Amino acid sequence: MKASFPRVLQIIVIVLVAVGLVVLALGGYFNPVTNWLTRMTVNAQAWISNRYMAVVDFLTVPRDVASLRQRNAELEAEVASLQTQIIELQQQVTETNVLSALLDFARANPSYSYKAAAVIGRDPSPFLRYVIINIGSNEGILPGMPIVTDKGLVGRVDAVIAEAARVQLVTDAASAVNVRMQASSTEAMLVGSITGDLSLDMILQDAIIQVGDVVLTSGLGGSYPPNLLVGQVVSVRKLEYELFQQAAIQPNVDFSRLQFVLVISNFRPVNIAPLIGTPGP
Amino acid sequence: MRRAILVAIPILGLAIILQTSIVSRMMLLSGNADLILLVLAAWGLQERVHGAWAWGVAASLLVGVASGVPWYIYLVGYLTVVGAARLLMHRIWQAPLLAMFAVTLIGTLGLLMLMFIQRTLFEVPLAFSEVFSQVVLPSILLNLLLAIPVHALIRDLANRLYPAEVIA
Repeated sequence: MKASFPRVLQIIVIVLVAVGLVVLALGGYFNPVTNWLTRMTVNAQAWISNRYMAVVDFLTVPRDVASLRQRNAELEAEVASLQTQIIELQQQVTETNVLSALLDFARANPSYSYKAAAVIGRDPSPFLRYVIINIGSNEGILPGMPIVTDKGLVGRVDAVIAEAARVQLVTDAASAVNVRMQASSTEAMLVGSITGDLSLDMILQDAIIQVGDVVLTSGLGGSYPPNLLVGQVVSVRKLEYELFQQAAIQPNVDFSRLQFVLVISNFRPVNIAPLIGTPGP
Repeated sequence: MRRAILVAIPILGLAIILQTSIVSRMMLLSGNADLILLVLAAWGLQERVHGAWAWGVAASLLVGVASGVPWYIYLVGYLTVVGAARLLMHRIWQAPLLAMFAVTLIGTLGLLMLMFIQRTLFEVPLAFSEVFSQVVLPSILLNLLLAIPVHALIRDLANRLYPAEVIA
């Protein structure tokens, strides 16, 4: 009995303390303490959680790197594929622009019929300014047919096989084209050279030629149709003791970048050789 | 011999395609390299190969179709290259690259001179000084630059086709 009394007293004290604490807590007297405890708990939990996640990340890094590398490789392959597509599309845009310009030229000059061709090669010999185009006798191409672009005269067909043709450019050293000045109608002969430069020869001494004059084909001789644009005069050489004047020509066509050309397929060159008399004895 | 000709057609065909579509566009002044000449020179300098002369004839005929230069000019020029290669192979056999350079120089000069003579006599007169400075010298330089890789490629090909005999 003596032992149980203090025990009851203890319980009463504990209950009173508990009730007191509850009352104090409900009265808000413990808020600073509970806030401090909560903050400490949260901080501790955050610290432990971060460390745990760091450990987990560390342990799972190899797998992630492998997957990232795989993903990176996939993306790089995709980028390469897209870049290839961009280049192809840019090439197609360029080709479309060129073909569109050729089409405009054909529409602006309806008196001739044209066949478009791609330039697929150049003559192996450095002495010849010839190109190879991808259409031939199967498409009705014949030797002597003139070749143009939207910029002007290119040359004429030199030889033909079934699927291709060889074109002699006007810049070839053996090429000679009868031309005239647009302004003055002065006749001249356009000749090429071993370096690919164009010049005018056989210009009469009394003819007036100026820098900037536009040069067109004259149609004389029957090798080329008339009024095809060739280029412009960039310099004139007139020496009193020479029979003819000479002039350097800047061609309108960029012969180093020929991609597509038009073959004038309804023009038949005239062979005037039998009409040219041989000198008598 | 038959194998040499069978190999010659695709290799020379490929060389001509590369020549007309790429190499001829890569001009230095007015000169350009001659891939077929280099292939013939390199093939002719290989010790164990057969049919180098047949390669020369085949190349002449194939290039003659593609080019505006008459085929007989290529025939004489390319056979000269093969002849020079076979001649020098035994004399400068210890320095194959030196032999390749020598054959390239002789062959390029010979072929371009033949073309110059043919064009001047039959088509249009050309000034030799202009031809030499604008065509011949740049072409020789380009050919000498391409001679090393072409020689290496053809040597590997020849070693595969004609492996050295091992005496047991």
